[in-house]
This record gives sequence, C-alpha cells and structure tokens, in this order.
Amino acid sequence: MKKISLLLGAFALIGFTYSSVATASTLEEVQARGELVCGVSGGVAGFSAPNDAGRMVGIDAAVCDAVAAAVLGDADAVKYVPLTAAERFTALSAGEVDVLSRNTTHTLTRDATLGVNFTYYNFIDGQGFMVAKADGLSSVMDLDGASICVQAGTTTELNMADYFRNKGLDYTPVGYSTSTATREGLEGGACDAITSDASQLAALRSETADPSAWTMLPEIISKEPLGPVVRQGDDQWMDIVTWTLHAMINAEELGIDSSNVDAMRADSPNPSVARIVGSEGETGPSLGLSQDWAYQVIKQVGNYGEVYEKHVEPLGIARAGSVNDLWTRGGIIYSPPLR
Amino acid sequence: MVKGIIAFGQYFLLDKIVGRSPSNIYQNPKFRSAIIQAILVFIVFYTFYSLYQTTVFNLEERGIKTSTSFFDQVAPFKVGFSPFLNFELGETTYIEVFYIGVLNTLLVAVLGIIAATLLGFFIGILRSSNNWLAQKFALIYVEIFRNMPLLLQIMFWNFAIFLAFLPPPKQSLEFGAFYLNGRGLQTPVPIVENNFLFKVWLGILIFSIIASFIFRNWAKKRRDQTGKSLPVLGISLSVIIIIGISSFYILGKPFAVDLPVLGKFNFKGGGQLPLPLFSLWFALTVYTSAFIAENVRAGIASVSKGQIEAARSIGLTRPQMVKLIIIPQALRVIIPPTISQYLNLTKNSSLAMAVGYEEVVAVWANISLNQTGQALIIIAMTIIFFEICSLFTSFILNIYNRRIQITER
Repeated sequence: MKKISLLLGAFALIGFTYSSVATASTLEEVQARGELVCGVSGGVAGFSAPNDAGRMVGIDAAVCDAVAAAVLGDADAVKYVPLTAAERFTALSAGEVDVLSRNTTHTLTRDATLGVNFTYYNFIDGQGFMVAKADGLSSVMDLDGASICVQAGTTTELNMADYFRNKGLDYTPVGYSTSTATREGLEGGACDAITSDASQLAALRSETADPSAWTMLPEIISKEPLGPVVRQGDDQWMDIVTWTLHAMINAEELGIDSSNVDAMRADSPNPSVARIVGSEGETGPSLGLSQDWAYQVIKQVGNYGEVYEKHVEPLGIARAGSVNDLWTRGGIIYSPPLR
Repeated sequence: MVKGIIAFGQYFLLDKIVGRSPSNIYQNPKFRSAIIQAILVFIVFYTFYSLYQTTVFNLEERGIKTSTSFFDQVAPFKVGFSPFLNFELGETTYIEVFYIGVLNTLLVAVLGIIAATLLGFFIGILRSSNNWLAQKFALIYVEIFRNMPLLLQIMFWNFAIFLAFLPPPKQSLEFGAFYLNGRGLQTPVPIVENNFLFKVWLGILIFSIIASFIFRNWAKKRRDQTGKSLPVLGISLSVIIIIGISSFYILGKPFAVDLPVLGKFNFKGGGQLPLPLFSLWFALTVYTSAFIAENVRAGIASVSKGQIEAARSIGLTRPQMVKLIIIPQALRVIIPPTISQYLNLTKNSSLAMAVGYEEVVAVWANISLNQTGQALIIIAMTIIFFEICSLFTSFILNIYNRRIQITER
C-alpha cells in the first residue's frame, strides 16, 4: 500500500507541474546559472564555427558573447548549442537555449506562430546561387531543369520554390539536413547548383576542394535579414538582446572600439559616448543590468564593425558599400539612439 | 484487467449464491488484484492525460498555436521525388506532402525488405555452407556490415562511393535504353496508347498466370499419384513470357515506350530511380541482410542432423533436401526474428534525410514541421504512421508464421 501511495504521489506531481511552470525571468535564470546558453549553427564559417582552439567564433557567436558580457560581465560565460535549421525554434521555445543566434531569417509566419520574437539584425543577407564555372551559366534563368542542392526546412527552400514558380522554370530540389551535406552534394555532382544565403555560399565555397572552380550567379532572389531570436513573453530579455546589438552598432557609429573604450570611459566630452560607456545616464539599470553593461560588450567583444571585420571579411564578403555598412556610409545598419 | 473484472463479477455472483458475508471482500485475492489493476490503469491514463495537458498548456503559454488548419494550405516548397502522386508546385497541399512522404517511405521499405530477404538468405546459406571460401566470405560480410552504424553506411555509400564514382549526366553510363549517372538511374517507361488493346494484352497475361497455377496443381496431383515430377516453375515462367511477348506483337504493340533523353542538366522523360533512393535502399539492404543472414544461419543450424540423414536415406537430391526438408523446418526459427528486422528496416529508412531522399520524416517531420511549427500534430502523425506500419507488418507476418509452424494433430 505504501508503494502505491508513493506512485500516486509521483504521478500527481507530474500532473501538477504544468500549473507551476517556471515564472522566473530569463535574465534571473541566466544570472543564477552564471552562464548564457546560446543556440548557434556551429558549422558556418564566419557566422559560428569552432576555431583551431575549439572555441565557437563568428558574427553570430559574437552576439552570444556580447549578451553574456552585458548580462554577466564575462563574454566567455557562454555555452554554445549547435542546432540544425529544423531544431532551432523548438529548442528556443522549449527553453533549451536563452538566445538563438543562428543566421535566422525574420519572417512574419515565424514571428507570429512559433512563439518567438525577432530582435534586430546582425547581418543582412540575400539568397544567391553558386554553380560550377565550367558550366558557363550566367543567370538563374539558365538553370531551367537543373537539380539544386538546398538545406531542407529553410526559407531558402521556399524562396527558390517561389522564384522558380514565378519565372516558370522547372527544377529538382535535392534537400539535405546540413549545409555541409549540400556542399558535399554539389561537389559530388548530386546537383548542378547550390542555393543559400550569399554569405553562406561564400563560406561553403571556402570549404570546397577548389574554391576557384565555383562561381556565384548575379541574381539575389530574396531579402534575408538575419539576427538573434528570443522566446516570446519576456519583454525585458528581448530588450536586453536588442539593445546589446544596438550598443555595438552605436559604438561603431561613435568611433568607440575595444582598444579605445577605456580611454573614452575615463574622459570623453561627448555625452552620447559617456552614456554608452556608462559614465553617464541610467541605461544599464533601466534594462535590469549593471551600469557598465555596454562598456563590457565593447571591451570584451568589440563594436559591430570590429566583429564584422574579424569574422566576415575573411570570407571575401566586402562590407564597404554593401547593405551591411553603417547608414552613415550608405548601408542600412542603423540603430536607435542609446539614451 | 478483463480477468480482474470477471473475477470481481464472479465474486459477487458467488456471494449471492453462497451467501457469504461481504465484509470479507478485502481478503479475496481476486478482488484485491482487480482493485490494484484498476488503480494502475487509472494511473497510466492519468499520466498520459497529464502529459497531454502539460504539453498543450506549455505550448499555449509560449504562444504556439496548435491546429490542423495548415493541412489544406498549399505547401510552399517542392518535393522532387513523388512517383505515385503528382506534385504540382503551388497546388499540392501539406496533407498531400504527408501522403507523398508516406508512400516514399513505403516504397523504400518494400524494396528494401525484398532485397534484404533475398540477399540475407543467400549470405545465410553461404554462411552455413561447407565450402571454406564461401563460409569465410559470408562471415566477413556479416561482421563488417552488422557492426557499423547505419547512418555512417548510408553516407558512405552515397557520398564516398556512388556520388564519387558515378559520372555527371552528360557522361552517363549507357545500358541500352537505361542511363546511370550521379543523379540516379534513368529508365524507359511504357505509355499506354491504345487502351482497349492494352487491356486485352493485360487480360491474356493474367489468364496465363492463372493457367500456370492450375498447371501447378495438376502437376502436384500427378506427382502424388504417379511419383513423376515436373519442373513447374521453369515451364510456367517460360510459357508466360512467350505468351506475353508474342501477344504483344500480335496485338500490334499496344503501348509505346517513353525513353529518357538528355536535356541541358538532367534526363527528361522516362522514369527515374533517384540516387538518394538507390543509396538508401542499398545501405538498408546491405545492413539488414547481415542480420537476416544470421537468422538464416540460426534456422539452418536448428534443423536436427537426423532430419538430414533421413532425407539422404530416402534418396533425395541435395536441392530437394534443402527445399523440402531443411528450409521448411528452418523457417520456423527464421521468421520471428526476421519480422523484427523488417520493422527495423522500415524505421531505419527515416535516416534518409542524410542523403536527401524525400520520405515521411524528411518532408513531413522535418521540412513541413519547420515551415509550419506544428510540432505536436506533425510528430504525433509521424509516430502513428510508423506504429501502424510496424503493427501491420507484424500482423501479416504473424499470420504467415502461424501457417508454417508445426501443425499438431
């Protein structure tokens, strides 16, 4: 009888857990844990991929680092969780990761139905096609009837379907679960072309046996604003992630970088600079963070331009004059005022 | 549970008849076990109910709407391989994508089961043979393919062997009207042109097949009466083929053949057996056949030596002995574990995503799930499909198993 009552108790517990779902905020959880859990791709050079020392680096990984620096004061207090395209939203909405920073495109359906919120953009991309130089193709219109390698379950797949349908072109999709497999498929001859975000194609080309054998077609067929994503229902956490990104962009605009941030903090006549480095204003406490949150981000991770230069430039994706340049220089990277 | 209820009922009936005092009811072991079982059943149902409640609550809490309304929406992506249902980009709905995925899973499972059974029997018989070379070859085969993770094998065959060695479409290997390249195997397919004559031809074919069964029964009766046997299978097959081909020409070729023609990138026309399907089928066949071979070896080893000696002493030839004495008895041991292998093969086909074959897990539980976010419904449907598939396979094979078991009189 004792055993039975024990069992009953256990099952009753299961039954009631849903009524006591964690009410602690994400910020409190992260601070209590002392570590930020960040979902990344883990396999796209320049965005998030392990370096020679085994540390996850890239422009997406830098967002994780920046949020950890802002929240915990330590950019290294991050646990990276590599996620496939299909796993990512479930992992985020189920609470396995605190932030999803995995070259994720902002779309209405995702925003409205997946229980997630998109913060801001850390890279603005567009979908392109890469083909073998030897095939002598000059346009996507030449791809009628081709087999095209694509990562299954992405917006890329949808854009391609829309574009080909609109242009009345026929194609055969060859869908793989990882972007590495799409590259292997292209190199092995399973398809005539590969499609993905232009930045990813550049990263994949750098991983092929002979990068000079492949060429990008001129068309960019979609808008792919990529940025970090958070769970719905925690506005404070959303503000923190959004403004961490804004702080990095503002810092670049004001000429604050990781090398001069200490000097700027000690003495700067510009009140905008003083507000970012924390010597003036109340920006940190308003977000529930410490006074020097943005200073920690810039000191430990760098401003947006530094991060881009370090991780994305090596792929051969120039920033000057592209959409990813600052608005003051003709791009569309823009941040609201940090005040 | 059912027994418990019956016992419970019997107790009360008995109580009325015998007139025992109901205060003793707790001391009745049947009654007690009925109560305990009822509580357990309640707990199990309550647990599932709670899990369901928790999931729905948590999903709603996180702003995820669960509904089946997406079934009738147009799928915004393309499924490349759909041999049974026609896929039309912009018209095919999500639920049709599910059907396509299910059919593609069934296709690779059926092809895999047939091939793995044949190959498994062949390897298993080699493994039990007295020939040293054959036996060692089978041993190495089994040990290599049984001990490697299946996902690794699928990727190995696809990327390291087939894709690496098969040429691009323009340099396809030609086998008559068949073309083999890195995209797969292009085959000619028949097109029905004259409907009536085609039906006549089909009728002749079916009639000759029925006739061959009648012939088989007659041959069996003749053997029972006279002891003279005939090579039934050989005669039937050659007659069917001769009748089929000659009537095809007599009727003036009632259907034409659609030949694959090289286009700019791929072959157009004809039928296609895409490479992902081939790689997956090949890997599943090789992997599962290694297990089936071991089942076959166990089955053959289980036939007692006395049976073989008895077969020899009544003068059966070796093929007759294998066919009439060893196989029927070995099957009783082979079938039950082989059913599990069939189920495993079907479930293992879900690894197809690695090579880009569009079965149910790839197009439904992966792509459709990611595009709609309806995890609860999609995963539940996928689970139920595999459950039904497995239960149905076991059901069919259990009937067969019961038929071949020893019938005691």
